[in-house]
Amino acid sequence: MRITQGTFSYLPDLSDDEIRAQIQYALDNGWPLSVEFTDDPHPRNSYWEMWGLPMFDLHDAAGVLYEVNECRRAYPNRYIKVNAYDARFGRQTTALSFIVSRPAEEPGFRLDRQESAGRMIRYTTHPYALDLPSGDRYPQP
Amino acid sequence: MADTTNRWAAGVIPYADMGYWQPDYEPKPTDVLAAFRVTPQPGVPPNEAGAAVAGESSTATWTVVWTDRLTAYENYQGKCYRVDPVPAREGQYIAHIAYSLDLFEEGSIANLTSSIIGNVFGFKAVKALRLEDMRIPPHYTKTFQGPAHGIVMEREHLNKYGRPLLGATTKPKLGLSARNYGRVVYEALRGGLDFTKDDENINSQPFMRWHDRYLFCMEAVNRAQAETGEIKGHYLNVTAATMEDMYERAEFAKELGSVIIMIDLTVGYTAIQSMAKWARANGLILHLHRAGHGTYTRQKDHGVSFRVIAKWMRLAGVDHIHAGTVVGKLEGDPNMVAGFYDTLRLGRVDPDPRKGLYYEQDWASMPGVMPVASGGIHAGQMHQLLHYLGEDVVLQFGGGTIGHPMGIAAGATANRVAVEAIIKARNEGRDYFMEGPEILRAAAKHSRELDVALNTWGDITFNYESTDTPDVVETPTSV
Repeated sequence: MRITQGTFSYLPDLSDDEIRAQIQYALDNGWPLSVEFTDDPHPRNSYWEMWGLPMFDLHDAAGVLYEVNECRRAYPNRYIKVNAYDARFGRQTTALSFIVSRPAEEPGFRLDRQESAGRMIRYTTHPYALDLPSGDRYPQP
Repeated sequence: MADTTNRWAAGVIPYADMGYWQPDYEPKPTDVLAAFRVTPQPGVPPNEAGAAVAGESSTATWTVVWTDRLTAYENYQGKCYRVDPVPAREGQYIAHIAYSLDLFEEGSIANLTSSIIGNVFGFKAVKALRLEDMRIPPHYTKTFQGPAHGIVMEREHLNKYGRPLLGATTKPKLGLSARNYGRVVYEALRGGLDFTKDDENINSQPFMRWHDRYLFCMEAVNRAQAETGEIKGHYLNVTAATMEDMYERAEFAKELGSVIIMIDLTVGYTAIQSMAKWARANGLILHLHRAGHGTYTRQKDHGVSFRVIAKWMRLAGVDHIHAGTVVGKLEGDPNMVAGFYDTLRLGRVDPDPRKGLYYEQDWASMPGVMPVASGGIHAGQMHQLLHYLGEDVVLQFGGGTIGHPMGIAAGATANRVAVEAIIKARNEGRDYFMEGPEILRAAAKHSRELDVALNTWGDITFNYESTDTPDVVETPTSV
């Protein structure tokens, strides 16, 4: 399966040039970029690991792309995303967030159902990868 | 200036002479302001018509009453302070009226509207009357809850950024059993939509009771979530005959783990405010379908403009509201729709006659409402939709998802590929509005679903002139 979180998951994977163009768009809007990675792709995992702090003072798209590739080198078998943050008054939230790397194999999720009274079912979405400890969840490429 | 010498003589005197026409009045920052389009009866001077509207929407009755003198009546009188003829609409005037804050109960849309649109719309001295716009001062705004979550919180909750959200209304509107209905929800969500939706008139009918629908829909939502790794939602309509029924349905939606519920505008302002309070307390997004609004918002001469309804609903506290598509099958002049969207989303709105906005509106940090565009839109219009409606919007493709020749999931995928392709192109600096069709064709090379959608609906448009248009634009606009 293919996890479709992020702004561009229904398009073919972005090339480095395409990633740089999106970074440039964010910089042109005054949005600092950050890079995050995880091996827990649960849809409600709000806190992926931060690849350093948000790059508030880095205004060079090539520099941001360099960090993306450094993160890829360090974590070749994890999900990596690029976030752009809009700190303007009234928004103060993420403005753009897209996946730039994913594990070669994405086993996806198991849906657990706990049946209870009145046909009520309690659902739990369980990433298959989570059965292993962090770091061992996806095969090394 | 009006002649008030005989202000207290028993009998009937003109409203203008009772203090409701005050051309020298300077509205206070705390005043609620209203712009009415007035069509006076023949022989009624415009100032008198404006004064009558001010009077009938505040303290006045048809004759002089001595009991006014027991009050500081000047404070409670609505004051018509300006009357302008409408360009190119003979016999119509815009009357500007200021109301003291003391006229209204804190945080009550019902009270505000009982005053402003209470008796006055049936008043004989005016042939027609339309409430065009209101300025709600921050002093009054701050007494309302506002959106249960607002746009920022909704996106953070759904973990979806940088693009319009996508939805679809389950069709056919009526007749599907709960199990078949849930199938449509599952296919549309797994194919790539963020939301599916009950229609406004899906409540709890003999062919499908609410309890059964909720169970099957949440199976569908959870299945689709596991298939995609994305958060999904179905607007479970909790509209019902009584508040007790609505709360019961909303509680069940919460127990099942739904992220969102919906209500119809027909439930009334007080019920909407109650559900907004419930939605904030319980963490569910609140979607409002504007069922019935066309009866009073569409005609230019009489009724209430939708921009006023939008303002009231932001105060009342909904998170979503249908606000027009520009390019779809339902009424919506591009400038007027832009005015509605600004009213719902911005923190501060400046007056702009092209958009039908008469007053500035300072929302005093009240979160924005996510507008919803629904009705006769399809993937081939994605560049136009982004151009007219922007990014913070839910685009709902009912027929444009379910009617896809390859099936519902394929229809959903087509829409999702189209929106991502247009957003990507925009961010890359391309003129996506002009080059939209090319961008979509290029994206379709990687997506058979989009290719088929473009071949099916590519050139469908609805080019009819709008009835609700701004006065300052000479020629009626259509896309």
